[in-house]
Amino acid sequence: MSDPRTAIIDKRLKSIKNIIAVSSGKGGVGKSLVASVLALTLARKGYKIGFLDLDFTSPSSHIVLDIGEKKPKEKKGIVPPNVHGLHYMSVVYYSAEHASPLRGFETTDVLIELLAVIKWGKLDFLVLDMPPGLGDVTLDLLRFVKNVKFLVVTTPSKLAFETVRKLVDLLKEAKVPVLGVVENMQVNHSSWIKQQVELKGIRYLGAVPYDSGLEENIGNIEGLLETEFSVALKEICGYIEDKLLVLGC
Amino acid sequence: MHEWALAEAVVSAVSNVAEKEGLKTVSAINLKLGELQQIDLGIFKFALSHLFSGKLKDARVNVTKTRARLKCRNCGHKWSFSKTGLDESAKEAIHFVPEIAHAYVRCPVCSSPDFEVERGRGVWIQSVKGEKQH
Repeated sequence: MSDPRTAIIDKRLKSIKNIIAVSSGKGGVGKSLVASVLALTLARKGYKIGFLDLDFTSPSSHIVLDIGEKKPKEKKGIVPPNVHGLHYMSVVYYSAEHASPLRGFETTDVLIELLAVIKWGKLDFLVLDMPPGLGDVTLDLLRFVKNVKFLVVTTPSKLAFETVRKLVDLLKEAKVPVLGVVENMQVNHSSWIKQQVELKGIRYLGAVPYDSGLEENIGNIEGLLETEFSVALKEICGYIEDKLLVLGC
Repeated sequence: MHEWALAEAVVSAVSNVAEKEGLKTVSAINLKLGELQQIDLGIFKFALSHLFSGKLKDARVNVTKTRARLKCRNCGHKWSFSKTGLDESAKEAIHFVPEIAHAYVRCPVCSSPDFEVERGRGVWIQSVKGEKQH
């Protein structure tokens, strides 16, 4: 017996110019916020952006983006709703307020199902909000999505960077492009993370300062985009835009 | 019309099989359809018939339906999905992403959400029959 769904994934993704997985070895480093602001910033520059939350057991981007009442539509597949200019998709549309405990192989099935049935159409960027770590979703993404590039998020913490180091090593070993590392929640101007990232031969994309005003703007898109966090991230978005679309790397 | 997307996947997968096995034409496709995903067989077959072309244009589709059987990992109890008594919105959510059953279904004996779908999840290709190229 064979699973037919994997045979259609390439076709579903073929009209997407760039797929960026926002990832980290650790949870709580700000992946969902970075992914959301990256997607919103690019969308406001006029690019067609898809956003897929791949954290199936603990999704949070729907809170960051305050996705409202719109739902995915069925049109020979699932068509994501337009949320603040993003073609947005998350399992939260189906799990609602319920906890959805899943074993690893079950997350594989969810990933395959979504990749097989979501109709994205033409996109300039698809931003993936990844779960933390090097688990099933990361490995399955490498297996099923051939042209994915990773944007890695860390904090200044040695604990966070230790896991990021391993993620970067895995990606390099698998010959998966890493756009660079964002240092989130920087509280002093130590260059330790920058040095460590560059020692790995990876681009240090910049530091985003710890922003005490960020929490109160979660779910408030206009406020969120004016935070110190988002302003710092916009420069990094500019680099990604230039590298992927202008330079075609 | 989620069925249409799954039908496209079947056509793509069968085309790959035909290519790999050097089939000139595909005469029969045997599918297994799990109860958990609640595929509308009428829509699914309609979609397949519209999508079949080339080597697949005369293919016959045989579908075996499989009842969904759940097994609790905590206490070992086994039960049928049809007896879970879910409301329509939960069933619809499971239709789109079968693993979302873990958000709505609990073991009827110990209330654990930690169960496995022993059989009857979604669409599987059992076999593809056809005439080989000489």
